[in-house]
Amino acid sequence: MRSIFQILKEVAARPSGAIGLVLVLLHILIAVGSPWVVPYDFKAISALDILTPPDAKHWFGTDQMGRDVLTRTLLGGREALLVTAIATPMAVFWGGLLGIYLGLAGGRRDDIIMRVVDAFLSLPWILKMLLLIVTFGNGIHVLIPTLAFFYGIPVIRIARAAAHTVVARDYVLAARARGEKRITIIRRELLPNVLDALMVEGAMRWSWMLLAFSSLSFLGFGVSPPTPDWGLMVADSRTFLPLAPWAGLFPIVFLSSLIIGINMLADALAKTLGVDRAQKAPI
Amino acid sequence: MFKLLLRRILLGGLTVAIVSLIIFGAVEMLPGDACTALLRQDAQGDTLRVCREELGLDKPATSRYLDWMAGAVKGDFGLTAHRNKEVSELVGDRLKNSLLLGLCALALGVPLAFALGIAAALKRDRWLDLIVSSLAIAAMTIPEFVSATLLILVFSGWLSWLPGIVTASANAPVSAFFPQIILPVVVLAMVMTAHILRTVRSSMLEVLDSDYVRMATLKGVPYRRMILRHVLPNALLPAINVVALTVAWLLGGVVVIETVFNYPGLGRLMVGAISDRDLGLVQAIALIVSTVYVLVNLSADILSLLANPRLRTSLGRSH
Repeated sequence: MRSIFQILKEVAARPSGAIGLVLVLLHILIAVGSPWVVPYDFKAISALDILTPPDAKHWFGTDQMGRDVLTRTLLGGREALLVTAIATPMAVFWGGLLGIYLGLAGGRRDDIIMRVVDAFLSLPWILKMLLLIVTFGNGIHVLIPTLAFFYGIPVIRIARAAAHTVVARDYVLAARARGEKRITIIRRELLPNVLDALMVEGAMRWSWMLLAFSSLSFLGFGVSPPTPDWGLMVADSRTFLPLAPWAGLFPIVFLSSLIIGINMLADALAKTLGVDRAQKAPI
Repeated sequence: MFKLLLRRILLGGLTVAIVSLIIFGAVEMLPGDACTALLRQDAQGDTLRVCREELGLDKPATSRYLDWMAGAVKGDFGLTAHRNKEVSELVGDRLKNSLLLGLCALALGVPLAFALGIAAALKRDRWLDLIVSSLAIAAMTIPEFVSATLLILVFSGWLSWLPGIVTASANAPVSAFFPQIILPVVVLAMVMTAHILRTVRSSMLEVLDSDYVRMATLKGVPYRRMILRHVLPNALLPAINVVALTVAWLLGGVVVIETVFNYPGLGRLMVGAISDRDLGLVQAIALIVSTVYVLVNLSADILSLLANPRLRTSLGRSH
């Protein structure tokens, strides 16, 4: 099995992988370092500088409350990155484990759980998320487990399918014949073979989660003001957009470049590992 | 064949039944009920008890679930939280509007997706393929509110070609939605096209690489004839199911799009119902949406069973 570094090296050797990696690393760097470099206080309101276009004082202009757009854009991805970067591994972990187990165990248990999975998948993501957020609030301690739970469900399917293709191979049969314990078979024989599919799946889940998180913020159910967030900034700027496009366009460019970067990375990862990501169901 | 169809239909029904249990259970677990929502600060002591008796909330959960399902089958979901409207009446118009939005997007997106997907596969790894594939990934992953905002800015704000917001009321006739519906349809169709296009492309590539196509090429079958007779029928059938699966994804996106454009559909009603904690309305919308999803998938399954004889044996075994 290739190590993480070897895989990253091969990913970076592809043009899409290199661009994706640079974009994602840049965003992580901004998210971590921005509190020390932003020029203004993100909630400093100024009645004199309402919707001023970009100039030497405010590089990205100001918004409808006179707040500095550059400051808010630089800080605007922190919550989204933090929440999704924690929730993605959690989702892939529990969904992957359960999927592998079901693929291995089969039988009635598999049938029943897959029906429940189907039922969950037939509800639009936004309905499930909103119900939980309205009940338990919209802090990150609610958003992280909520995203991890719902985005783990489709992973069950992917992991189960990947395990199915492996489970009939000779080396798994041999392990069974040797009388190995189920957990040993999962860890030693199945996991290494399913891991490739799960890694690509994880990269894609990450970009879906960002989409979900920023959409929730846009609808007013995500990050609470005055904390800056890209989705929220776009929502706030909509009324003035033809007048002051900078207040909405800069957060859009930042959000889009992060999502595109993650996807280019996922694409390069899929090609490096030989996993066909287009085959996956879109949900 | 008949047994297989029956099995599919029963499985679809089972999924809806499980969904109804999940929805009912989830709403049961939420704090508060219809009476606390209705009475607000007066919700205590005798007033609360009388209200619960009147609405039948004092009955055990199982019998309330059965009552709810019995009503739902007849299309009766009771009253909204503020007790001034029938849920079914409120939902009916919105459902019609959302279906209008979805069908317009399908009519625009599906032919486009098939054309672009086929073209990209035939020109694999050339500039057309690269452009189409990259645009598809962008359209799929950029949030709907971003593309909607950009389109409104350009076509409504700067060019003033199209209205950027829907002003038609929920019960307006279909004609009242034109031309306001154009931008929401375009945003929805963009996402849908991207999803379907990618599947069409990869399924085309798989067939193009298959032994029988190579055989046909070696035998000297003319290119056009080979594509039309051998490649397209085999490659496009699996795409039917993806079109159906995309519907679930779209139902989530529809909520955002309807909110952005102020479109009076089921999605915006749902966001409002959740904010108002109108649980009866939320339950009804969730049940309707998942039933639509299951029905669409069921028809896709049946369609591909009828069109592809090979599935009739293999599907029966593996599922």
